Amino acid sequence: MRPAEQTIQPKTSDTLPPLSTALWRHHHVLDLDDFSREEIELVLDIADAMAEVLQREVKRVPTLRGRTVVTMFYEPSTRTRASFELAAKNLSADTVNLDATRSSVTKGESLLDTLRTIQALGADIIIMRHHHSGAPYIAARYINASIINAGDGWHAHPSQALLDIYTIHKHLGGLTDRKIVIIGDITHSRVARSNIWGMSTMGAKVVLCGPPTLLPPGLKEFIVHCRLSQVSVETEIEAAIKDADVVMPLRLQVERQQSGLLPSLREYVQLYQINGPRLSLARPGALVMHPGPMNEGIEISPEVARSTQSVIEEQVTNGVAVRMALLYLVAGGKSS
Amino acid sequence: MAERTLLSPEDIRRALVRIAHEIIERNKGAGDIVLVGMQTRGVPLAKRLAASIQEFEDLPVPTGSLDISLYRDDLSRLPLKPLVHPTDIPVDITDKHIVLVDDVFYTGRSIRAAMDAIMDLGRPRTIQLAVLVDRGHRELPIRADYVGKNIPTSRSEEIKVYVTEVDGEDKVTIITPDKEGAT
Amino acid sequence: MTRILIRGGHIIDPSQNLDAIGDLSIKDGKVEWLGTHNAALPEAETVLNAAGLIVTPGFIDLHCHLRQPGFEDAETIATGTLAAARGGFTTVCCMPNTQPPLDSLASVDYVKQVASTEGYVRVLPIASITRGRKGLELVEMDELAKAGVVAFSDDGEPVSSSRVMRLAMEYATRLGVPIIDHCEDKGLSQDGVMNEGWVSARLGLRGIPAAAEEVMVARDIRLAELTGARLHIAHVSTRGSVEIIRHAREKGIAVTAEVTPHHLLLTEERVMGSEPGNNTLFHYDTSAKVNPPLRTRDDTTALIKGIKDSTIDAIATDHAPHTLVDKLCEFNIAAFGISGLETAFGCLMLLVHNKEIDLITLVSLLTCKPAKIIGNKFGELGTLRPGCPADITLFDPDREWVVDSRTFASKGKNTPFEGQTLKGKIMATIVQGKIVYRDAALKLKTGKA
Repeated sequence: MRPAEQTIQPKTSDTLPPLSTALWRHHHVLDLDDFSREEIELVLDIADAMAEVLQREVKRVPTLRGRTVVTMFYEPSTRTRASFELAAKNLSADTVNLDATRSSVTKGESLLDTLRTIQALGADIIIMRHHHSGAPYIAARYINASIINAGDGWHAHPSQALLDIYTIHKHLGGLTDRKIVIIGDITHSRVARSNIWGMSTMGAKVVLCGPPTLLPPGLKEFIVHCRLSQVSVETEIEAAIKDADVVMPLRLQVERQQSGLLPSLREYVQLYQINGPRLSLARPGALVMHPGPMNEGIEISPEVARSTQSVIEEQVTNGVAVRMALLYLVAGGKSS
Repeated sequence: MAERTLLSPEDIRRALVRIAHEIIERNKGAGDIVLVGMQTRGVPLAKRLAASIQEFEDLPVPTGSLDISLYRDDLSRLPLKPLVHPTDIPVDITDKHIVLVDDVFYTGRSIRAAMDAIMDLGRPRTIQLAVLVDRGHRELPIRADYVGKNIPTSRSEEIKVYVTEVDGEDKVTIITPDKEGAT
Repeated sequence: MTRILIRGGHIIDPSQNLDAIGDLSIKDGKVEWLGTHNAALPEAETVLNAAGLIVTPGFIDLHCHLRQPGFEDAETIATGTLAAARGGFTTVCCMPNTQPPLDSLASVDYVKQVASTEGYVRVLPIASITRGRKGLELVEMDELAKAGVVAFSDDGEPVSSSRVMRLAMEYATRLGVPIIDHCEDKGLSQDGVMNEGWVSARLGLRGIPAAAEEVMVARDIRLAELTGARLHIAHVSTRGSVEIIRHAREKGIAVTAEVTPHHLLLTEERVMGSEPGNNTLFHYDTSAKVNPPLRTRDDTTALIKGIKDSTIDAIATDHAPHTLVDKLCEFNIAAFGISGLETAFGCLMLLVHNKEIDLITLVSLLTCKPAKIIGNKFGELGTLRPGCPADITLFDPDREWVVDSRTFASKGKNTPFEGQTLKGKIMATIVQGKIVYRDAALKLKTGKA
């Protein structure tokens, strides 16, 4: 029990959270490349309110009652789908999960036809994960329901980037001028791309680090062309991780070695694994994050994964609150 | 559009003091009361009531804040500012007298949503409602227990409450639309 | 006698260095006479008043896909040649990636036969270099050359084996017919779907580096030098390729090259939608997916320079119609290609209006220069010299029109120019003296003049 406020004299607005003036313009959430700083901060603020709901014994509010949220996953996923499903259920939405690996898709039905069918069944919000970059964009162009991108190919994973930003925000109080290093297979990483946009919008310095064959050709030109002056590229881990506030290794898929992009996993581990000695080059108390699932022993050592600096499990918890915030905004928000 | 002041800072202060006394009288003392202010301006009003009650009864009254955004019945018409504040009630509400505090009482829909929210948090003994201004036009069968001032209005008019903690001054105004034909 | 008179047009014929207002008469499918505008004119059954219009030899497209046999849902010889006529093309050379492919006399004869009965314009088939376009065994080139194929190409695919390409070039040297290569090193292009660059990095798409084309252009040119073959490079798209070709020409190697209108006008940014910096909702626009991919501003600049200094000889449309289903899908699996016959001229006129190339150069790239690559066996094309086939195009260089794929004669509605206003419209197309297309605004007078 906390004591009551002792204020007798009314004070001005610094006793209350500031009124947000952000307008929510997004019918869809496809990527963070068109999110302003105010919009990202709005999501973070609302995620706080959702986090409070998640602290309750009954983690449910009636906000999305009567809305139908359909998850359509063309790629397998445990945590992201469960996270979205729980987020929707906590808001009292009706949820339907479609596993597109085992449905009419195998009968050769086109993406648009599948989406139109789902919309005709009454979906208000469709949460899509697809193995081809850009798939949710076709959906967004031709379907009336709101599309939330749960990951498209190598391109974007906006809800993951938002929960990463939320997690960092909770620990460090903000991202301005913080050094965040993302290590690994940047070429194939939708988490890296969305974080490039989201974190630089929030004022962080983002360093992308990996072997040259896992850095996308055209990366430097992309950074220059899109005026992402806070983003830089580095192939040497020691320079990249020095004094970093946040260290985020990415999952290295074994297929990368099989397709010839790396000589061996062994060499990758020797050069880029985030282990104790490497982590000590970062700022003391630097956060260790990971989008999951981890390959312990490859991109991250087991000790670092379980260290006190790791906020990896918290990312998962925060993910539900952030996704609830997105669902709330997308369900309610038409532009004014 | 014309804006006219109806209540001065003194009027507001007196109304709140009276409501504080009424709350104490109705509930036979200040024990087991939790004041819950509705975002946004109900929150500082609740704090002021708590301060008055504490002054009169020498007993601290727990105060919390409630955001009903997640309980609205009109989600497709989100306000321009869709921000949701965390609901923050620092004590267990079960078996307590919850006094909801809001600035303007109008259709009653916000209070309906607030009651749903309170019920999700526990099982209070009673829920009571204190409002600074009651402007009429109820759409649901809900009444206020404590009213600062009754101000009958037409639907085209707007009541604006200013509180120092948010707006830098205390006053209550009414905004009437221009007469037909005026530019 | 059937005589058509075209009166008062601005006649531009680079093959005769002609650039003047004049009259032209057509008789029995041939150009009968042309001269400066004068009053004493022969009688004619049909008179076209070409005042304000430009009159040129009919355009020749060295590279298009008519899809028949095998893919008639995307296009047929009838619809494709009608599209050609609407685009001012009087001759089209059709690529052999049909089903069955044009790798034998039977399929080539089939195309010739359908074209003669259903085609609106002259169709010259291109046979494949290898059987089934598999890149392994040569086709019976001599028989096919005698049957009237105008070139050999595995287009759609490169000939990946240098050994096979060398043999094909050597074998073809006695036939006087060019080998056309679609230059793409598959090891480097490897499932790429757009240009490798900043846009592909941003969109998370696999890119096709410029080097994939340049490596094979260089290889083919060395092989052409080695064998003495006539080589024609299809759809050049990069600065590097232009430089390699320019260097080869300086050395006197017999290589020619073509470029498409879309590679002259558009860049990789078109994949992000038709308006720069617009709503991200329009990213991943499959109407901009083409092979070779749209490249950079630096490349388009080099291509325009290549046209102006004759490094590039011809403009060819690479007309590649596709069904809606094949384009309205995820970018990675969408078909490559742009349906270009009906927008080619209007797009190219943008370059003329922007003063990037002059009109006479443009006309030569569409008429006498591609005619030289085809050769004389099919009649003397690309010219208005009296006695030559009356293949003629009339256009209004300033008339504005809006691209609406629903009005295309082509079944392929896949164009990145949808909704764009172009300035320059084909008003009439005549093939062997027959008017195969006429814009409704151009009036015909029939009966005695």
